[in-house]
Amino acid sequence: MANFSFLSAFSGGIIIGFAALLMFLGLGRITEISSIAGGLLKPFDEQFSWRLIFILSIVVGGAVYPLLWGREIVVDVNAPWFIYPIAGLLVGFGTRMGSGCTSGHGICGVARFSTRSLVATMTFILSAMVTHGLYSAISG
Amino acid sequence: METETKAKSIPTSHLLIIISSGILFGLGLSLSEMVNPSRVLGFLNVLGTWDPTLLFVMAGALSVTIPGFQYAKLIKKPFLAINFSMPAKSDLDRDLIVGAVIFGIGWGLAGICPGPALVALNVFEINIVVFILAMFGGMFVYNRLQKF
Repeated sequence: MANFSFLSAFSGGIIIGFAALLMFLGLGRITEISSIAGGLLKPFDEQFSWRLIFILSIVVGGAVYPLLWGREIVVDVNAPWFIYPIAGLLVGFGTRMGSGCTSGHGICGVARFSTRSLVATMTFILSAMVTHGLYSAISG
Repeated sequence: METETKAKSIPTSHLLIIISSGILFGLGLSLSEMVNPSRVLGFLNVLGTWDPTLLFVMAGALSVTIPGFQYAKLIKKPFLAINFSMPAKSDLDRDLIVGAVIFGIGWGLAGICPGPALVALNVFEINIVVFILAMFGGMFVYNRLQKF
């Protein structure tokens, strides 16, 4: 079971990589989910439609997954309810301020050997590990 | 600088790429189980029982994007657009670091980042909807602060 899980993780990663590569080699665009989603706050921007189509396609990808693989998506949201609005605010604010999230910095930026993305990726992983450690210690 | 002149007239070839890339992204996040916050939190849990799944996902993705993005440096323009839209900034600055730290705190609290949050909408879980609304709220606040 464990091996199977790592194999699906690696294969899933390859699919994500291809998705990002398709956008970059085809249209010259960096797949930066936070900035594409953030662009939806500007409905009169000329780039609004492709951003909306892309974001909706990601949701559709999750919807067709069970049909293709015969497995349901599992989403464990076990933290107290008030964690989710706080976390969402911080993720939204932080990704815009740091111009990227796991996709833009972690998958595209690192692949371009961008120093900014390498530093950002190491920073948010470290920050998340420390936060999770502190949170686990406090919440027991 | 934009590769498209009018959003209203997205060429069919572009549409095909945008839609297939988005769907592949959603499929990859589902198959790799990155859509599940407990998988992500397991990776962040370096002091307890560590779950290396996220590392395998990153390795899989980078095994495709590193050669692909390096190849892109050799070609002058993408196949279907006029130019590569590259990020304007190239130097390290305070916003990059502080922003990454803030994002990391939110990511570490809930185990959710923007892409997986969108895919997770498929399970109709109220906490995910709240997370996404708050995420747009956080982006809105940042945009407003930029104007001062």
